[in-house]
Amino acid sequence: MRNPGVGSEMRIPVEELELRRPASLDEALRMLRADGSLVPLAGGTDIYVQLNAGVAPGQRFLDIWGLDALRGIAVHGDTLRLGALTTYTELLASPVVGEWLPMLIEAARQVGSVQIHNRGTLGGNIGNASPAGDTLPVWAAAEAAVVLLSLDGERRVPFLEFQVDYRRTARRHDELVAAVEVPRQDGAQWFRKAGARAAQTISKVVMAAVRSSPPRIALGSVAPVIVRARRAEALLAAGAPIADAQAMLLQEIAPIDDVRSTAAYRCEVACRWLARFWEETRS
Amino acid sequence: MRFTLNGRPVDTTAHPMARLLDVVREEFGLTGTKEGCGEGECGACTVLLDGAPVNACLVPVAHAAGHDVVTIEGVPNAETLRETFVEHGGTQCGICTPGLIVAASVIPQGATEHDVREALAGNLCRCTGYQGIYRAIAAAHARSAARAEPGRRE
Amino acid sequence: MPAVGTSLARTDGPSKVTGQARYVADMVVPGTLFARTIRSSIPRGRITGVRFELDDGFTVVTAADVPGHNRVALIADDQPCLADGRVEHAEEPIALLAHADRLALARAVVHVAYAPEPACLDPRDSAEMFKRIEIAKGSLEQGFAAADLIVEGEYRTGHQEQLYIEPHGVIATPEDGGITVAGSLQCPYYVHKALCVLLGLPPHRVRVVQTETGGGFGGKEDYPSIIAGHAALLAWKARQPVAVLYDRQEDMAATTKRHPAVIRHRTGLTRDGRLVAMDIDVLLDGGAYTTLSPVVLSRACLHATGAYRCDHVRIRGRVAKTNTPPNGAFRGFGAPQALFAAEVHMDRAAEALGLDPVALRERNLLRPGDTTATGQVLMDDCSAGAVLAEAVHRTDFRARREALRGTSRGIGLALFFHGAGFTGSGETMLASRASLELTPTGVRVLASSTEIGQGTRTALAQIVAEATALDPSAVEVAAADTAIVPDSGPTVASRTCMVVGNILRRCGETLRRRLGSLTPEQYLRRHGPLVVSEQYERPAGLEWDDVTYRGSAYGCYGYGCDVAEVEVDPDTGAVRVIALTAVIDVGRAINPGLVRGQIEGGSAQGVGYAVLEDVVMREGRMANAQLTNYAIPTTLDTPAMDVVLLEHPYAHGPYGAKGVGEIPINGPAPAIVNAIRTTGLDLRDIPATPERVLEASCASR
Repeated sequence: MRNPGVGSEMRIPVEELELRRPASLDEALRMLRADGSLVPLAGGTDIYVQLNAGVAPGQRFLDIWGLDALRGIAVHGDTLRLGALTTYTELLASPVVGEWLPMLIEAARQVGSVQIHNRGTLGGNIGNASPAGDTLPVWAAAEAAVVLLSLDGERRVPFLEFQVDYRRTARRHDELVAAVEVPRQDGAQWFRKAGARAAQTISKVVMAAVRSSPPRIALGSVAPVIVRARRAEALLAAGAPIADAQAMLLQEIAPIDDVRSTAAYRCEVACRWLARFWEETRS
Repeated sequence: MRFTLNGRPVDTTAHPMARLLDVVREEFGLTGTKEGCGEGECGACTVLLDGAPVNACLVPVAHAAGHDVVTIEGVPNAETLRETFVEHGGTQCGICTPGLIVAASVIPQGATEHDVREALAGNLCRCTGYQGIYRAIAAAHARSAARAEPGRRE
Repeated sequence: MPAVGTSLARTDGPSKVTGQARYVADMVVPGTLFARTIRSSIPRGRITGVRFELDDGFTVVTAADVPGHNRVALIADDQPCLADGRVEHAEEPIALLAHADRLALARAVVHVAYAPEPACLDPRDSAEMFKRIEIAKGSLEQGFAAADLIVEGEYRTGHQEQLYIEPHGVIATPEDGGITVAGSLQCPYYVHKALCVLLGLPPHRVRVVQTETGGGFGGKEDYPSIIAGHAALLAWKARQPVAVLYDRQEDMAATTKRHPAVIRHRTGLTRDGRLVAMDIDVLLDGGAYTTLSPVVLSRACLHATGAYRCDHVRIRGRVAKTNTPPNGAFRGFGAPQALFAAEVHMDRAAEALGLDPVALRERNLLRPGDTTATGQVLMDDCSAGAVLAEAVHRTDFRARREALRGTSRGIGLALFFHGAGFTGSGETMLASRASLELTPTGVRVLASSTEIGQGTRTALAQIVAEATALDPSAVEVAAADTAIVPDSGPTVASRTCMVVGNILRRCGETLRRRLGSLTPEQYLRRHGPLVVSEQYERPAGLEWDDVTYRGSAYGCYGYGCDVAEVEVDPDTGAVRVIALTAVIDVGRAINPGLVRGQIEGGSAQGVGYAVLEDVVMREGRMANAQLTNYAIPTTLDTPAMDVVLLEHPYAHGPYGAKGVGEIPINGPAPAIVNAIRTTGLDLRDIPATPERVLEASCASR
C-alpha cells in the first residue's frame, strides 16, 4: 500500500462511498434534486482512476449507466443529437457520426484502447471538463450545445459557455448532462492529438478545427479550459499571413509545464498545427 | 446483486462500488484476472462484460448486476488461441496473458495484423514485444478456419 | 529427436494461458495480514519524530525491531532495511504496519517529522562516489598525436523503469523456528542471505521460494531483499503470515530503476577512418545507496568503447551518490547507456569525416585475434563483422539511406556487443552449483535459476535432455526453493543458459555415463538414489585482475547489429519507429523460438528506452509514477520486427550457446537516434521525447 501525502495518495476505500441506483431517469433526477452532492457515475473510466489515485470527486455517487434514455444517436433536421451515455465504441460504429463528424471519429479512434472505448462516454468526457478530454475540442470547434436535464426539463448551453473553469462546468447540482447537439458542419474537419505514444495517452496538446468561413479552431491542454482561438480565426479569415495568425494564437493560449509536457512545446506544436490545418484544408 | 459469471448465476453482497476485479478475484476465487496498474492502462484485468472487453479495475460490480461477466477461466472459443499462444511464443512470464487472451478472443476472423494491433492497444505486454502474440493470433485464426471448413481433411 | 536447437513449446505455457498459474498476489490465504510501508516524503534529513494513530490489531515495525543487523546485505552494507534516524532519499522506508483489515490499514495515520537537509539531486554535483574505475590501454598522448581529426560529444540517458506487469510482492510466514518467504523474485539466494543478516538467523532457518514471477528484467534482482525483509520483519513480530504487495504507483515510485548516465567521448581518428585514440568519461547516477552500482559501472566501462579496436584507450568511470531512490539492475546493466553513447558518437564521427557510417564501422570493428581495452584477446566466436554485414545486406541499408534523404523518414544502425556472464572474476566468486537428481521417470534439475518469462524451465530442460539423451518431457525442473536447490547464482547477466546450462550439461553427461544402458527407473531400483552435482569451472585462459582491471572481462561476447527505420512528425516531433531489424549472434540457439522471443521483447524495451520512457524527477522523486504518465510501448508503438539469429559458437557455452537475455536491448536506442539524425536532427539525449525532438528541430532551422 502507498504512503499518503507524498504525491501518491492511497486508493479510496469503497466503504467510504455510497452508490445510489435509480431505476429510471425520472428517479435519477429526483435523487439529484434531493441531494445535490451526488456525483453522476457512467462508465467509470475517469472516476475509478481518480479513486485509485486517492482523489474522491465526492462521497456519494449516482449510477446512471443503466439509464437507456440517455443513449442514442439521432438526426433531427440539421442537428445531430448524441446521448450522453454514447460510448466511443458506439461512435466508431455509427455511420451517421462518420458522415457528420469525422473529427469526432478521429478523436475517438485515438483513445486507442478497446476496453476504454467500451466504457468511456461522451457525457463523462463533457461532465469532467478536463482540458485534456479527447472529445472536447470537437464540441468547441463544432459549436455544439450541451443538453442539460433536470426535473424542470431540458436546457441547452453552448459548449464554450458550459465549461467554466478547470474541471468545473455550468451543470447545476440537480442536472444531468443528457446529450450533446451538434449542427451540421460547413467545412472540412481536421483533428490532431499529440501524446506520449500512439495509443492510451493523455494529450500534451490537441486540436480540432473546421474550415468554415470564418474557420473554427479549438485547442485542448493549452489552458484550464478548451480554447477557441477566435482572434487567430479572424486573422486567417481576413487573409493575414500565417505568421501573424500564429503570433495571435500564442496570445490566446496559456499552456503550462507539467509532468506530461512543457509550455514551450505546447506553443510550438499549436503554431505548427495552425499552419498545417490551414494548408491541408485549403481546397 | 446477481449476475452470470462464466455462464453460471452468482450472487454477491459486495459493496456496489467494489471493483469487479476484486469481486471476481477475492469473492469468487478466480485469480486468473490480474491487477497490473489499477488505472485502466495495462489491460491485465480485462474481462468480457456482455461480450465486450472492459478493464475490471474500472467497473463497479453494480454494473455487472443482471449482466454477463466472463473471465479467462471461462472465455469461450479460446481453445485454439490457448494452443497457439503456447506454440508461437505468445506468452512468456504470463502475467498479461489472461487479459490478452480475453481481449484476443473477440477479434474476428479475417483481422489483419493492423486490426489486431488496434484491438490489443489496451493490453500491455513487457516480455514479448507483441510479435509472438501476432503470430499466435494469426495461427489461431488460420487453424480455426481450417477446422471450420466443411469436408476438409485435417 | 535432438533437444537442443528445437523450438519446443514452453513447458509452463498451459498454466499461463488458462489463468491457472498463480502469482504471489493470488496466494493470499485467510489469516494473512496485509501491510503498508510508511515512506519518507523528503530526499534527505533527520527524522525527528514518528507518531502513530492506530486502532487495535496493528503490528508496527521500525528499525528498533530488527533482530539482526538493519542492513540490506548486497555489496557494500550501506543501505538500511528501515531508516534509522535519518533518510537519504524520498520514498525511503521508515516504518511498517500490518493488520488483518485493509480498511484499518488504509485509515491508519502516521505522522513523521523531519529536519530536512540540503539534498544532492544531480550526479554532476555529487561529492560522493560509490566507485571509480579506470581502464587504460596504450597511450592517449601517442594516439591523439596520430589523429587527423578529433570528435567530441556528450551523451545522456535517463532513468528507465523496468515495468514488469506484475508489481513486487512477497508473503512471509514464520514457521519451524524460522521464516519462509515466497515472492516474485529473480534470485532466491540473494534474498536468503539478506534475511539471515536482517533477522540474525542461521541459513537452515530461512527458506526462500520463488513464486511464478510476472517479469523481472533486473528489477527483481536486488529489490526483493528489501520487500522480503519488510515482510519477514512484520511476520516475525506478528507471529502470523504477512503479505507485502505493492500496487503500481508504489512500485514505480519506490523501487530501483536503470542508472542515468552522462558519457563524454573524445575520439581521435585518421582521415581514412581509423580509430587511434578514445578518451571516455562515464558518470552514472547511483541514487542514495550503493546497491549494485559498482558492477553497473564496471559493465558500462567495459562496453564504453563499443565493439571496436583501438590501441590507445582511457576510460574513466564514476558512479555518484544522489539523494534519489537507489538505482539498480535493468536488462543491459550499464551496457545500453555505454553503447548508446558509443554508437551515436560513431555516426557523428562518420559525418565529421565525410565517411559512410557502415564503412567507418567496418574499418574498426573487432575481429578474432583483436584485443579489447582490457587486453582480452577475442576468439573465433567474435562476429561483429558478420552481424554488421548481414544487417546492412538484409535491409539494403545504403540504398535505403539514399532513398530517404530529405524526407521525414530516416534509417540508422548500431553495432553492439554484450559480455555474457558475470564480469571478471565474478563467476569464480559465485562458485555456482547445480545438480541433477534421478527420478523414476527421468531427471529433476536442481538449480536456483528462476523462470521469469525468458524460458529457463524449458531451455535448461532441453540442455539436460540433450546431455542425458533423455526426452525433454522426462526432464523436470524443480521450483526455485532454497530448501531444495543449490545456489546456481542469480538469474541475471545473461548467464542462466550459458553458465548454469553448461554446469547442467556436465551433470547430464556424467549422469548419462552412470546410467549406462539402464533406464532411470531400473537404475533407482538397482542402485538407489542418484544426484550428480557440479560446480562452475572457469575456462582455461580466462584471467582477470580486479586491481589493474586488466584481462578477460567476460567469457565471451554476443554481437548484434540493429537497423531502425523511423518517421518523425514535423509538427509534433513524435518519432514513430516503423521497422526494426535485429541481427544477433547467439552462439547457439538452444530453443530458437525462445531466443526470438527474448530478442523481440528486449528490442521493444529498447524502443521504449529510446523514444517513450521518461522518468520525470521532481525534488528527488518520480513525479509521473502512474502508468497513465509513464509510457511503455503498446502494440501501436512497436515496430514490425525482423529478427535474424546467427550462430558463432562459444567454445565453453553449452552446445556453443552464448548469453542472449540482455544483448537485444543494447541496439535500438542508438539505431533509432542515428536514424533520427539522418532527418537532420542532432540528438544526444534519450528518451528522444517529442519535446526534445522538436527542440532539435527548432535548433536546426
